[in-house]
Amino acid sequence: MSALRDLYQQVILDHNRNPKNFRVMPDATGSIEGYNPLCGDHYTVFVRMEGDVIADVSFTGAGCAISKASASVMSSVLKGKTLVEAEGMFKDFHALVTGVASSEEGMERLGKLAAFAGVSEFPARVKCASLPWHTLHAVLDGKSRPISTE
Amino acid sequence: MHTTTVHSSKAGKAAMANDAEKAGRDLLERFEAIRGCRHHFPLLRRRVNGKPLVYFDNAATSQKPQVVIDATLRYYEEENSNIHRGVHYLSERATQAYEGVRVKVQHLLNAAHQREIIFVRGTTEGINLVAYSYGRTAVGAGDEVLISTMEHHSNIVPWQILCEEKGAKLCVIPINDRGEIELAEYEKLLTPRTKIVALTHVSNALGTINPVKTMVAMAHAHGIPVLLDGAQAVPHMKVDVRDLDCDFYVFSAHKAFGPTGVGVLYGVTKLLDAMPPYQSGGDMIKSVTFEKTIYNDLPYKFEAGTPNIGGGIGMGAAIDYINEIDPASLAEFEHELLDYATKRVAEIPGLRIIGTAREKAAVLSFVIDGIHPHDIGTILDDEGIAIRTGHHCAQPVMQRFGVPATARASFAFYNTKEEIDVFLAALHRVREVLG
Repeated sequence: MSALRDLYQQVILDHNRNPKNFRVMPDATGSIEGYNPLCGDHYTVFVRMEGDVIADVSFTGAGCAISKASASVMSSVLKGKTLVEAEGMFKDFHALVTGVASSEEGMERLGKLAAFAGVSEFPARVKCASLPWHTLHAVLDGKSRPISTE
Repeated sequence: MHTTTVHSSKAGKAAMANDAEKAGRDLLERFEAIRGCRHHFPLLRRRVNGKPLVYFDNAATSQKPQVVIDATLRYYEEENSNIHRGVHYLSERATQAYEGVRVKVQHLLNAAHQREIIFVRGTTEGINLVAYSYGRTAVGAGDEVLISTMEHHSNIVPWQILCEEKGAKLCVIPINDRGEIELAEYEKLLTPRTKIVALTHVSNALGTINPVKTMVAMAHAHGIPVLLDGAQAVPHMKVDVRDLDCDFYVFSAHKAFGPTGVGVLYGVTKLLDAMPPYQSGGDMIKSVTFEKTIYNDLPYKFEAGTPNIGGGIGMGAAIDYINEIDPASLAEFEHELLDYATKRVAEIPGLRIIGTAREKAAVLSFVIDGIHPHDIGTILDDEGIAIRTGHHCAQPVMQRFGVPATARASFAFYNTKEEIDVFLAALHRVREVLG
């Protein structure tokens, strides 16, 4: 019960019901599709870069509560971050959802993302939480082909 | 005269009422006997997440009765040895036990000959064998292979690869909104170019029981052979390959209360004899020189290498077990579970059943408005309930119904109405947490 409540925290439920930045971005500098074939989670992540800074992030698509909330929180925390900062957050988030202990400093950097700590208790759901991040990573790496978590 | 008629009619009614009462009593007794079988399955006694396990993932794999576990163990403890060709005691014992299973399978399917029973790893390998061996000799450029919309990926991909290789065309029989084959469309798709029809007997994603006997007859009217995928049928109903008149029939032991890694391809002698080997090596030969190899007779021509002997013996024990319960009663019992579950889930707001065929096996595939199946699966798991969520290796079915995935509860005879009640309470909780 408590593990389940840790997974479906209020922050996650709220972002699932009313996702932030859930829109197409016509002036995106990059976008890519991310797909989890096993459960059918399917998103497109859009990014608009201004020099070294992520000026805007948005997404469209459909999937489970965990993946949608993850995309929503990700899009709101990354706005205004530099590529280096984003890379750091990607690593911290990955450590968080896979249950690797992260430093206090790392936890602080995570902020709202800490709501996803409960995911590590559900190995089958780690891919759901990380799909939007892997997709974003592919956009920032300049990839153009859709990515898959399988 | 008039009075007499009334009397005899009354007597007739009374006799009919007696018969009906007797049939009802028999059914109750048979159902009671089936309920008593649950304790044969040791795994069903365990707890998951602190709750008694409710195992509703039977379409993925079934649990194993103690007799199957014991038979496998006994083989390794007392008889383990390589089969065929051995002159020593153990090899003869193991060969006898393993070949004895072939006879059990022959009787289970009512096949005409032992040689028509080929041991494979499972349904997937059985279909691959036919696609590779029969397909590569019978299908050429411009020919067609006919499958249905509701096939498992294992009955799509081998044919797709064959068609790509040969320049042939993969044709697909459409299904209606209930998840039933459209027979009129099927008839139109049977053409002189069609070289084989490969069709599921029971759909794993929808539960639909296809009218396979009729469909085989329709294909045969055009001289086209038919392969039936029986993975979801054999565990739940009596299958008679001669009555169905199919040319190939495949199933896996693990969905039918036996071990993983072993299954059966049934094929009619005439076709099997003409087919080249699928894999080659030991056991499938009569003689080998560097100039020429003479292949073995059926069924060994298709059984290269040391097989899964322990698994085969476990499958034999599973067949003995099913025969004791009586496959016909199982189907009736499971149907009652399905009816009960179907009625109960109607009380969940926003729940929609995917697959509402008139002839249906005990599979309940569903979606709930605004809630992804994956979240349903996680919350049910927390209550100790095992269901499957996703595309069930049948992505074209998901596309047909316009859903990315479904949640699927699939029942076996050892499940109970009380478990369905637990499942319902958990579905209410899903709405509570995510609704």
